[in-house]
Amino acid sequence: MLLIECPWCGERAETEFSYGGEAGIVRPAEPDALSDAEWADYLFNRTNPRGAHRELWNHAQGCRRWFGVERDTVSYKISGSFKLPSGGEA
Amino acid sequence: MKYSAFNLVRNALSHNRNWRPAWRSPDPKRQYDAIIVGGGGHGLATAYYLAKEHGMRNVAVLEKGWIGGGNTGRNTTIVRSNYLWTEASLLYEKSLKLWEGLSQELNYNVMFSQRGVYNIGHNLQDMRDIERRVSANRLNGIDAEVVSAAQIKKAIPLINTSADARYPILGASLQRRAGVARHDAVAWGFARAADALGVDIIEQCEVTGISRDGGKVTGVETTRGEIRSGKIGVVVAGNASVLAAMAGLRLPVESHPLQAFVSEPLKPVLDTVVMSGAVHGYVSQSDKGELVIGAGIDAYTGYGQRGSFQTIEHTMEAIVELFPVFSRVRMLRMWGGIVDVCPDACPIIGKTTVGGLYFNCGWGTGGFKATPGSGWVFAHTIAQDRPHELNAPFALDRFVSGALIDEHGAAAVAH
Repeated sequence: MLLIECPWCGERAETEFSYGGEAGIVRPAEPDALSDAEWADYLFNRTNPRGAHRELWNHAQGCRRWFGVERDTVSYKISGSFKLPSGGEA
Repeated sequence: MKYSAFNLVRNALSHNRNWRPAWRSPDPKRQYDAIIVGGGGHGLATAYYLAKEHGMRNVAVLEKGWIGGGNTGRNTTIVRSNYLWTEASLLYEKSLKLWEGLSQELNYNVMFSQRGVYNIGHNLQDMRDIERRVSANRLNGIDAEVVSAAQIKKAIPLINTSADARYPILGASLQRRAGVARHDAVAWGFARAADALGVDIIEQCEVTGISRDGGKVTGVETTRGEIRSGKIGVVVAGNASVLAAMAGLRLPVESHPLQAFVSEPLKPVLDTVVMSGAVHGYVSQSDKGELVIGAGIDAYTGYGQRGSFQTIEHTMEAIVELFPVFSRVRMLRMWGGIVDVCPDACPIIGKTTVGGLYFNCGWGTGGFKATPGSGWVFAHTIAQDRPHELNAPFALDRFVSGALIDEHGAAAVAH
């Protein structure tokens, strides 16, 4: 089980969190201006790296805020948590 | 050497000292007509059908570890074809038909046992979905039936069909032609048969780069040197995104750990396969007597071939809900595989935007059952440079066109 540090609540067990996938995917400002391939890339394609990964977690059974975690996808070692530009509101 | 009762006796008389290795271990040649990256069941099946069905014998299978050491040897060996959507059910049914003749075809006992698969329903919506799926299966010529709780209890005496259960059992779908197979034997059988047709199986050979020229592949760089080929088929399950990145491609898959377990060996107690999407677990009993148990993926992405403990707990809770008597059984081993999950829970089998580069990935949690069929359609795709009609709907560009095949939640077990 992962030990995840919520930037607001501190270190908690993984069971308190839900996973939000790859961080840094920004919804296009003008979807209508995108080609189908660009839209598909935003909607479906993922980097899915073997190694360092920046990802989203939600402290679902705590403060219910979103934040980022840097985790290695092979060793599962977490190197740190960070607040999102939005501050963590959903 | 053909495996037969005669040869078994003959070799026994010479104290089993004259058996030959089942496949060669050649050094890689400089050039092949086709290279298959990934020596799991799907990759070996692809190479076998390339040689047998399409006459392409100058083929190499490159495996970074040992063959069958990835998900082929890590799954719970369930084989079935009762998928909801026509595209998916026809693909899996093609595979099931190949399974039915596979031991004879390969001259290798893959221990395919058609002991039936029950998909349990625990509430009215489950039962509606089961009725719908069974009807869809029958329209596609796939055997399927709806069975009552009483019929389940009669067939599986240990299962808890009490109305007081937290998740009462209301009925199930049953596919009698479904069952289990010996996973290692599938890899070894395809390897031996492919090798006999001239395919080079090269283990301990990791692909580190995909060479391209003018939008077409020219070969691969490996830990055993550069190997040239104009056709490269990639079948690497959890590492699909890593290989895709080598060719500058992005895929709509994410790699997750999927854990599985076996118990200590027991006397025969379960002669079929039981799956439940609602409590989320599946269980069968191996010929050695171990309960073979699995459930869902871990939530996070990962390549570490292990998962978190709460996933183990959830799995055991599901199994004990179905079979309270199993609460006293001890688990013997647990492990994880890395599954590449697609947004629509269906595989990607086809061409890419790079000429001569083909991908077969995205099987997620359910690839083992498709092993022969996957190889059969992928071999066709590589040899003819166009998909077979069975895998045409599973093209990578369905994520651009929007023609998804939404088996998530529809395919008899939640993924």
